[in-house]
Amino acid sequence: MTTTLTTVPHRRPGLRRLRLLGQGPLFAASVAVLVLLVPAALLAPLLAPYDPEALDLGASLVGTSGDHLLGTDQSGRDILSRLLHGARTGLLGPLLVVGVSTLLGTLVGVVAAWRGGWADTLLSRAMDLVFSVPGLMLAILLVAVTGPGMTAPVVAMSVAYTPYVGRLVRGIARQEKARSYIEAYVVQGWSGWTVCVRHLLPNIAPTVLAQSAMNFGYALMDLAALSYLGFGVQPPTADWGAMINEGQGAVLQGAMLPALAPSACIVLAVVAFGIVGEGIADRIARREK
Amino acid sequence: MTPPKERGLVVEGLRKRYGNHLAVDGVSFTLPAGGSLAVVGESGSGKTTTVRMLVGLERADGGTVRLDGRDRSARARGRAERLARAREIQMVFQDPYLSLDPRVTVSGCLDEVLRLHTGLDAAGRRAGVTDLLDRVGLGAREAAALPRGLSGGQRQRVALARALAVEPRVLVLDEAVAALDVSIQAQILDLLREIRREAGIGYLFVTHDLAVVRHVADDVLVLKAGTVVESGPVDRVLDSPEHPYTRLLMDSVPRRGRLPLG
Amino acid sequence: MTTAPDTPVLEIDGLGLRLPDDRAARPILDGVSLTVRAGETVGLVGESGSGKSVACRSVLGLLPRGARTTGRVLVGGEDVLTMGRARLAALRAREVAMVFQDPRASVNPLRRVGDFLTEGLRASGTPAAEATARAEELLDAVGIRDPRGALRRHPHQFSGGMLQRVVIAAALAAEPALLVADEPTTALDVTTQAEVVSILARLRAERGTGMLFVTHDLELASAVCDRVYVMYAGRIVEARSTGDLFDRPRHPYTAGLLACTPRIEAGAPAPRPVPGRPVSLAEAPPGCSFAARCAHAVARCTEEKPEPARHGDGFAACHRADEGIAL
Repeated sequence: MTTTLTTVPHRRPGLRRLRLLGQGPLFAASVAVLVLLVPAALLAPLLAPYDPEALDLGASLVGTSGDHLLGTDQSGRDILSRLLHGARTGLLGPLLVVGVSTLLGTLVGVVAAWRGGWADTLLSRAMDLVFSVPGLMLAILLVAVTGPGMTAPVVAMSVAYTPYVGRLVRGIARQEKARSYIEAYVVQGWSGWTVCVRHLLPNIAPTVLAQSAMNFGYALMDLAALSYLGFGVQPPTADWGAMINEGQGAVLQGAMLPALAPSACIVLAVVAFGIVGEGIADRIARREK
Repeated sequence: MTPPKERGLVVEGLRKRYGNHLAVDGVSFTLPAGGSLAVVGESGSGKTTTVRMLVGLERADGGTVRLDGRDRSARARGRAERLARAREIQMVFQDPYLSLDPRVTVSGCLDEVLRLHTGLDAAGRRAGVTDLLDRVGLGAREAAALPRGLSGGQRQRVALARALAVEPRVLVLDEAVAALDVSIQAQILDLLREIRREAGIGYLFVTHDLAVVRHVADDVLVLKAGTVVESGPVDRVLDSPEHPYTRLLMDSVPRRGRLPLG
Repeated sequence: MTTAPDTPVLEIDGLGLRLPDDRAARPILDGVSLTVRAGETVGLVGESGSGKSVACRSVLGLLPRGARTTGRVLVGGEDVLTMGRARLAALRAREVAMVFQDPRASVNPLRRVGDFLTEGLRASGTPAAEATARAEELLDAVGIRDPRGALRRHPHQFSGGMLQRVVIAAALAAEPALLVADEPTTALDVTTQAEVVSILARLRAERGTGMLFVTHDLELASAVCDRVYVMYAGRIVEARSTGDLFDRPRHPYTAGLLACTPRIEAGAPAPRPVPGRPVSLAEAPPGCSFAARCAHAVARCTEEKPEPARHGDGFAACHRADEGIAL
């Protein structure tokens, strides 16, 4: 045993103790972006000054003005209103993807780690197989079969993201399983299921959730890309990806805002989720030491 | 031919193979009821693998383990058998910093065990927890604490209380005092001696420290590369070792004013 | 380096070390003084939290982040604490070598053992062929068979004990005047420990290297060291020659440590525990930090810090050391 400076080594604290603001201005700013984004999406119908789908061909491509803070698009729809409404589909999609992939991935990862042996081999190879299919391609294939809309891309992305979570969970669950507190519960006679649900999962949860926060940003980007390509949310429903697509024509006419505003929103959201996820993961890693 | 009432822990021909490597190769020994046996050896001797097979954390490739005549070699079938086996053998692990769930308070940790293994109601369990903590020398302050608020020695006391809560017949101590400071180690050894006197639990000490063996065990089993090279009463084995490897171990122990191995 | 022949290779003089108040209520080190002369093995013994590792790392100028120090750490007469970065690097490269507890953590796992051994020599201008020859010689000196083959192998191909020998060989490469060994055998098996310890002892005898041997194991210190310093809660509570310390400990903590260490001899008394637990960093008792655990404490002990006072060939920091308490 070595002499250490800390009297009592601090170990994993659970989520509560991950202070959100002690990590520099970039992290704090990212948290602020996310904190603003969510109520903006939830309250979009109240906050939006106009109906996002209301056409006003007389006011096509109006620049920034008192009436339209971010101007209008080619069809005369208010861009700010469309952005606010677009945040709803923009956040709901990734939320479903991350929710489903986290659940599935955790299940697969924990079962593989806990059972080991052939179950581990089977599940790990299955995850490798899914890994080898690009998520976007899977989504496009599925859209081709079921027709456009939100469902097919979300289902495809959920499947595509599951192995990322599954591999991570398998790795840390194996590590955790070898710790003697888990073994002590086994020796006490608890069933494997109880030990996993009551003790193993809560202890790996912070790490998994940090990864999920990062996945959220990536899923947002992937779904926006699908909408941009026309495979996702269909016009006239407001969606950031679709808005960029529609705004392309406006760029040629010299109006940048219809494409630029949704692009900025996507970049901001993706970067914010990335920084927050990574920040939390860093904190956990430091605690682990 | 087992006698009708065989007492104690009987291990015969235990084997475990990892790939091409025989980690445990035909280990046999007997721990009489309420006895204390030390299993000594260096890293890679198979001592930890042996006891992990006894408590069911590893599956043996061959051999039998019986406690008071009941066979426990095969995998436990069902909840009742799992619990019955847990009441036979419990274990205290080496690293006090990893052997407690960081999210569970000390009293919660003991309460869980009592809930699983006894029919006590909440009030009965509370009394049981207090009693267990009292036996290992901990009080109300520690009961409410999370593991991170405790020192290594206190954590090891909690781990001991958790094992005792099941009222096992045999307690496996896998290097249970190796990670502790020497002044704390002596406290835990003292406590173990007291518990054995009161409860008549059999101890299986896994250790690399021969000086500790002298003070805690009746018998000793020396393992090398998965096989038993020597066994017998502690005083006989340590004072006049017969196997060259045991002699080497004894000569390697540092002693005052004499470099080990001269 | 030119030093007078009787200058100690290491002299720590009144070393104090504090961390910012939110991290520790008491000093990590408080008035630590010790000397190591050429060819001498000096033990620094204590339990976790006693400050022994911090003290020995300070010899290389390795201080915890945010630490404030007082006193001096003289290596060959020069103060390490006030040294510039370049001088400190030179000191670590040539004059002081350190061996840590875990050999795996001190060797780059991706590089061959040969590179690890020769990089220091190459850096100080030794030609490649000469450095390789020297590395072979060193491996031979620490008892590694087939040194030439060993140079080409990677760390994972060595057992812990063999790797610790490699680390010792690397430590000796620059012919340092002082070797600091921080629990060098704690991670090793008892037979391997015996081999490593006898190698250290032989090298010390052959080369006249001074050695500071840090350990928590009193029995090991009694086997290896000429003199022993006992640390408790950041202070040196007793120091004297090994024989005297083990026969007639003057400080109750030393006596308690001796009594609680299990001994292997036939008929040895059962280890007697020291009650209570070591002082944590959050506590700052006003008097003697051992008073709360001491069976001989009187009122004065909890009020006034005992200063080290000379007793026989060493010193003890205890108000009642004079009284010759039967311990």
